Amino acid sequence: MTIVFWILAALTVAGGLAAVTLRNTVHCALAVTAAFAGLALLFLQLDAQFAGFAQILVYIGAVAILVVFAILLTRESETTEHAVFSRTWLAGLCIAAGVFAVLGWAVLRSANAIPQQATAPVVAVKDIGNALMSRYVLPLEIVALLLTAAMVGAVVVAMHEKGDTK
Amino acid sequence: MNPLARYLLVAALVFAIGLAGALTRRNAILVLIGIELMLNAANLNLIAFWRYGAHPEALTGMMFAVFSIAVAAAEAAVGLGLVISIYRHVRTADLDKMNRLKG
Repeated sequence: MTIVFWILAALTVAGGLAAVTLRNTVHCALAVTAAFAGLALLFLQLDAQFAGFAQILVYIGAVAILVVFAILLTRESETTEHAVFSRTWLAGLCIAAGVFAVLGWAVLRSANAIPQQATAPVVAVKDIGNALMSRYVLPLEIVALLLTAAMVGAVVVAMHEKGDTK
Repeated sequence: MNPLARYLLVAALVFAIGLAGALTRRNAILVLIGIELMLNAANLNLIAFWRYGAHPEALTGMMFAVFSIAVAAAEAAVGLGLVISIYRHVRTADLDKMNRLKG
């Protein structure tokens, strides 16, 4: 089990690193898809099958495709001859390293306090459906409204303006 | 090492990578990719705490992660729509060149 975890963690981290460092934007989209797949497999490893498959459907199925479409629609961002990192990249890198240092320090220092349930929880999809329709029905409705609003909003924002000849 | 601590460390690393990407890249789409990586790292934390914490049968962490995935999908759609819209306006996706508020 531990070997599988380390392989998946390496896949996720390598995908993320490639996504933020590669020059070609299409390669970055491919690398971030690998990172999303690694995270979905980590969810499956954590006995959260529903969340894992939701992650595969939403991220690999929809968000990755959306990113590729956006890259193709913004043509000159495919490959750039000039610098791909902003002028303040050193400050950004320092902030990210500092955030990781603080988070890692907090996790390692609280190793005795964090819970460790040994037995895997058994959750059927039926239980999830029951919970979504009873206890979490208000958040579900709000998410439905949010998704409708986001869909309409994305279409309105990306639509050609009136009088725009192109 | 504690099994939960391993997942938390991986999530922290992915979050830091996403933050570095969002802070250092010039391309607006890659900044959005960095934000997506950060959201995913938070989801991994939620699922890991749900798995190793008390009362997993209450499904709290799992539901939080599933709703978070849905909200992240909405965010990605609107964000990429905004990138395409501003690209049509200024003909660039380079954030360092988008330095005017006036249209």
